[in-house]
Amino acid sequence: MSAIKAAHLYKVFGKRPESGVRRLRDGATRADLQQQGMTAAVIDATFEVDPGEIFVVMGLSGSGKSTLIRMVNGLLPLTDGEIYIHDKPLSGLGKAGLRQVRRDNVSMVFQHFALLPHRTVGENAAYALKIKGLNRADREKKAGEALEMVGLGGWGGYKPSELSGGMQQRVGLARALAAGTDIMLMDEAFSALDPLIRRGMQDQLIELQQKLEKTVLFITHDLNEAMRLGDRIAMMRDGRIEQIGTAEEILNDPASNYVSRFVADVDRTRVLTAGSIAEPPYEVLGSEQGPLMAQKILREHQPSWLLVVGRGRKPVGMVWEDDVARAVREGRKDLPFSKVHEMPVVHRDTPINELFEHSAKHLAPLVVTDDDGRVEGVIPRVTLLTAATPVVEQETDEDLEGAHA
Amino acid sequence: MIDFPPRIPVGSWVAEIIDWINTNLGFVLDFIKDTGTSINDAVTSLLLAPPPLLMIALFAALAWLVRSWQLAVGVIVSFLLIMSMGQWTQSMQTLALVLIATLTAVVISVPLGIWAARSSTVSAVVKPVLDLMQTMPAMVYLIPAITFFSIGAVPGLFSTIIFAMPPAVRLTELGIRGVDRETVEAGHSFGATDWMILRGTQLPLAIPTIMAGINQVIMLALSMAVIAGMVGSDGLGKEVVGALATINIARGAEAGLSIVFLAIFLDRFTAALGTPDKFRSSLLGRWKSAREKKARDNQEGVATAA
Repeated sequence: MSAIKAAHLYKVFGKRPESGVRRLRDGATRADLQQQGMTAAVIDATFEVDPGEIFVVMGLSGSGKSTLIRMVNGLLPLTDGEIYIHDKPLSGLGKAGLRQVRRDNVSMVFQHFALLPHRTVGENAAYALKIKGLNRADREKKAGEALEMVGLGGWGGYKPSELSGGMQQRVGLARALAAGTDIMLMDEAFSALDPLIRRGMQDQLIELQQKLEKTVLFITHDLNEAMRLGDRIAMMRDGRIEQIGTAEEILNDPASNYVSRFVADVDRTRVLTAGSIAEPPYEVLGSEQGPLMAQKILREHQPSWLLVVGRGRKPVGMVWEDDVARAVREGRKDLPFSKVHEMPVVHRDTPINELFEHSAKHLAPLVVTDDDGRVEGVIPRVTLLTAATPVVEQETDEDLEGAHA
Repeated sequence: MIDFPPRIPVGSWVAEIIDWINTNLGFVLDFIKDTGTSINDAVTSLLLAPPPLLMIALFAALAWLVRSWQLAVGVIVSFLLIMSMGQWTQSMQTLALVLIATLTAVVISVPLGIWAARSSTVSAVVKPVLDLMQTMPAMVYLIPAITFFSIGAVPGLFSTIIFAMPPAVRLTELGIRGVDRETVEAGHSFGATDWMILRGTQLPLAIPTIMAGINQVIMLALSMAVIAGMVGSDGLGKEVVGALATINIARGAEAGLSIVFLAIFLDRFTAALGTPDKFRSSLLGRWKSAREKKARDNQEGVATAA
């Protein structure tokens, strides 16, 4: 079951949109339609968003992404194709049915916040609930909770104009959260904010999404934002979806020239995660084994350290060559662990750019764990440095010119 | 010999239409005339019932309530001058005419403006009609007005309403169309009905523009006072017309000044009604600020408790 499903969506603006769709199906291009005074905003878009997923639609202005998101909640009627919300088609719902879907299932966050300036922050957060007809006490309670969630507890009595841009957008977010829908549409929601504040909002969204497990359809023109937020990303160009995939898939295996040119100057360290560059840790020991066993493995493989894992492949600690040798000499039975802080452990989803800090503090390689805290691999410092530089085939002339400029 | 262009009797057609209305819809016209007259009489006697000094105090209080104490002082001084010039009764008669005309014009034009904002067809039809209403010399309206209602307050009201209405329609449409598109979209996206969006988003956000329109209506209605005086509406207009007929400079100046004082008061007063946030030092503004501060403190109290 998918939360949102779009099947062969078309949106053509102009006098005879249906004929435009027919011509597009027959192979006409966007420019062909333009000549007849029609604008093909969205062409044959098909995608599915799973429940609890952040799905990002990324495209430049004019790529049709804003039109696309407005078709999902019926703000713009489709020319052709179908939208399914929880497997129920939107078409044929009628005005009242559509309103019901918007009240119960799909809320929205806007680029310029779209708050009511004459209402307080609290009343804005409660807007959707007022529309649903909740009584005042329930409205205030739920809106208060939503404001608390976005870190605006206590601001309910202020007017939006008294808040900074970032805070206003958090009100917009609280309004959508308070609505209690499981799907949230976010239309360039952070694009009007300063870069620093935008970063904070992205973190907050990820955090909230993990806690509340909302399905999020996020529109942006900022590739770095797309890569940071998106579980999966749809790359849109001239009304068509060029590629759908995870950030890593799009970076490492671009489906078209357009996409590869687009991602060429992405900061890879923000996108690639610890999990994607980790190497298998072949030098592991069960924690019940003693120094002699450690010495044997060290002698066979010649590393300077060993990772020790316990039950359920949980990292227990690290032993160094010198310590093992001393323990054997002294005839000790237990492993001479190094102190815990000398074994940096990171989650597999940590972006690479956050790893350098750990790596600088420790001599030992980074230990990468999965959601359950099991060892997934290790990242020696050399591997980390290699990962930060683009893969060889992407070093085209363009890049070199860029480097000189 | 062929005349070109031939004489098209537009004027006679209009006259015939007016005649037809007069003979066939006489009962409607009578009803309008009777209602108009009694409303006008009622409002006028209401304004004249209290002693003038009490009324001046009341106007000053209203001025302070929505704008500033400065306007209140201005009102006291200028209205006392009206009293001492012996124009008080006429001024209240004119005020009654302006109030009734404005109210009627607003009741008709705001809904019409909303309709025009929602439908481009309506807008396209309404626009040239408004142009006609505004550019046709106001005295032309007086002719059918007199045939419909003979002389008195009602023909004055009738032509004043027609002449003064257009800006309210235009500015209402402009105000509603000017509401931020995304904010209206937000209403739709949370499942609000058209009515909810109109009430909760479009009208409140269009209020400053609509009030600017109403302000214009009032000013135009005042400017019609003299013309209304020509058809026998009581008030300052009648004074001016009388002064003109007898070349009485003194009388004309006093009546004219009174119109000016009335106009300044009404203009400043209604402008403040439209943009209350600009006048935070008014009594109403202070009361609002205090209430908002209290709401804020309450909310912060809740947050600290939690």
